[in-house]
Amino acid sequence: MQKSWRHRFHLPAVIGTIPMILVALGVFVIGIGFSVLWSFTSSKLFPTYDFVGLAQYRRLWADNRWLVSVNNIWFFGLMSITCNMVFGYLLAVFMDQRIRQEDLFRSIFLYPFAMSLIVTGLVWQWALDPNLGLQEALRNWGWSSFSFAPLVSAETALYALVVAGIWQGSGVTMAILLAGLRGIDEDIWKAARVDGIPTWRTHVSIVAPMMKGAFATAFVLQCVGVVRVYDLVIAMTGGGPGIATSMPAVYVIQLITVRQNVGQGMAGATMMLLPVLIVLAFSGILLWRRNRLREAGA
Amino acid sequence: MTVGPITAIQPPREAPDQAGVAPFGPKPRRISAGRIGIYAFLVVAALFFLIPVYIMIVTSLKGMPEIRLGHLFNPPGEPTFQPWADAWLHACTGRDCNGLSPGFYNSVKITLPSVIISIICASINGYALTFWPYKGANLLFGLLVFGAFVPYQVVIYPLIIGLSSVGLFASLPGIIIVHTIFGMPILTLLFRNFYAAIPVELFKAARVDGAGFWRIFFYIMLPMSVPITVVAVILQVTGIWNDFLFGIVFAGRSNWPMTVQLNNIVNTTTGVREYNVNMAATILTAAVPLLIYFISGRWFVRGIAAGAVKG
Repeated sequence: MQKSWRHRFHLPAVIGTIPMILVALGVFVIGIGFSVLWSFTSSKLFPTYDFVGLAQYRRLWADNRWLVSVNNIWFFGLMSITCNMVFGYLLAVFMDQRIRQEDLFRSIFLYPFAMSLIVTGLVWQWALDPNLGLQEALRNWGWSSFSFAPLVSAETALYALVVAGIWQGSGVTMAILLAGLRGIDEDIWKAARVDGIPTWRTHVSIVAPMMKGAFATAFVLQCVGVVRVYDLVIAMTGGGPGIATSMPAVYVIQLITVRQNVGQGMAGATMMLLPVLIVLAFSGILLWRRNRLREAGA
Repeated sequence: MTVGPITAIQPPREAPDQAGVAPFGPKPRRISAGRIGIYAFLVVAALFFLIPVYIMIVTSLKGMPEIRLGHLFNPPGEPTFQPWADAWLHACTGRDCNGLSPGFYNSVKITLPSVIISIICASINGYALTFWPYKGANLLFGLLVFGAFVPYQVVIYPLIIGLSSVGLFASLPGIIIVHTIFGMPILTLLFRNFYAAIPVELFKAARVDGAGFWRIFFYIMLPMSVPITVVAVILQVTGIWNDFLFGIVFAGRSNWPMTVQLNNIVNTTTGVREYNVNMAATILTAAVPLLIYFISGRWFVRGIAAGAVKG
């Protein structure tokens, strides 16, 4: 009885959520549908419906620039997520030692996150500029053989992006993990101490596994950040030197706007969507199974 | 999937009590080696976060001849605010030399309506999803949340085509619509979770008294939504102000936001690079979100954490 009136069809509720209906169906279903559809066509500047099968995908995976981009995003993603997590966790652990000026330290660690990735990119572009940044400063201080210009070389430019990513994002990781640490029962620490387990071991084997939720939150945030790496790359390296720091996000936008090759751009965009779909489907199945188990248990 | 506590700030833990364990060994000195190590780590980390911005501030106050000397860390010999004025009024992007100020006003014109419209939409969504779920509403919500994880590149081109077919591509209303669309997943999630925590009896009582959809929303739910709205405003203002990709694609040349103008000013290859002006321009662009960050303090963290929590 109760359920039936709550699930009745209420016109005002539908009218009120028209924007949601439009966005959910119009943008995230139909829009993506068209993107995938156009990836099978020979669209150039404007979409056409001249289907060419998988030709765009074949051309995509034969394009060196795309292959470099895919390698880069994996490398950048793994490096920056790992470093962010480790550094963020270390910061959180040190922040959790009943230190003085905790609020001050927190503000310092977190403020880069409030800034645009464009700003972050520019800041680090200058800090690492060979004629202006750290290298020049240390040489002026008398260390004349000092050489540190990662942005100039194709092999190291990606590491510079990772550093900038850590600078921007590890404060947030710290804040989330610190909240997780503070949520752990004091008795756990005491029990571990009584058993004579070294502190680092308690962290690795007991505390960290208990903070699954906080780690998951931080991880999701990091992943979203990796996908958004477009701004950082544009501001810091512009994809260079050469194509050394190109990313799929940059590649696709270039194909759509500058190189006017929509068909291939949409093929690239579809490839970007694929891992997201796989992960979402996987976690959806896990969630569904857990709910079913819970219902069966209840 | 529910994710652990999101109240990122709690009072420091109580000192561990000594229940059952008698103190032994020498009384610890006030400052042990371990404490020094802790503070050393934190200070070094803080320097890593602070030095780049210190360099920017110092350099933006120097004249170009002083910068060419290369003493990056030295405070300015003769501090000058000329670079700041130049950045605001005269810095060039291509042939236009109007500085950053048009970008600032564009960002305001984009951010204000986008924030208001997206929060209105999202609060109604969250309210309807919680208390008036119609058939299929949760499927729509699922699709919306899916949208929060989709790479923008998959949706941008269809949006370009869609907006230009109604004549809104490269216009102010166009970019506002785009920001409303991409803000909707996270904000709807935020509001839905907030309303879900409100006792349903409150809603039922109002129903019994004969209040309808809009009446309950405006007279009961909206007045209760102040805290979540503050979080949403912080999230949206910083997010939209910092946006670059949508601005450059959807706003059109005459509406380019501050971030796009900044990137154009700094990364133009023509002419001599005026580092002091560029850095002043960068600080000016970062100023608005930084101001919000320092004013809002702990709310800011709450917003980020809430935004990352999946429903």
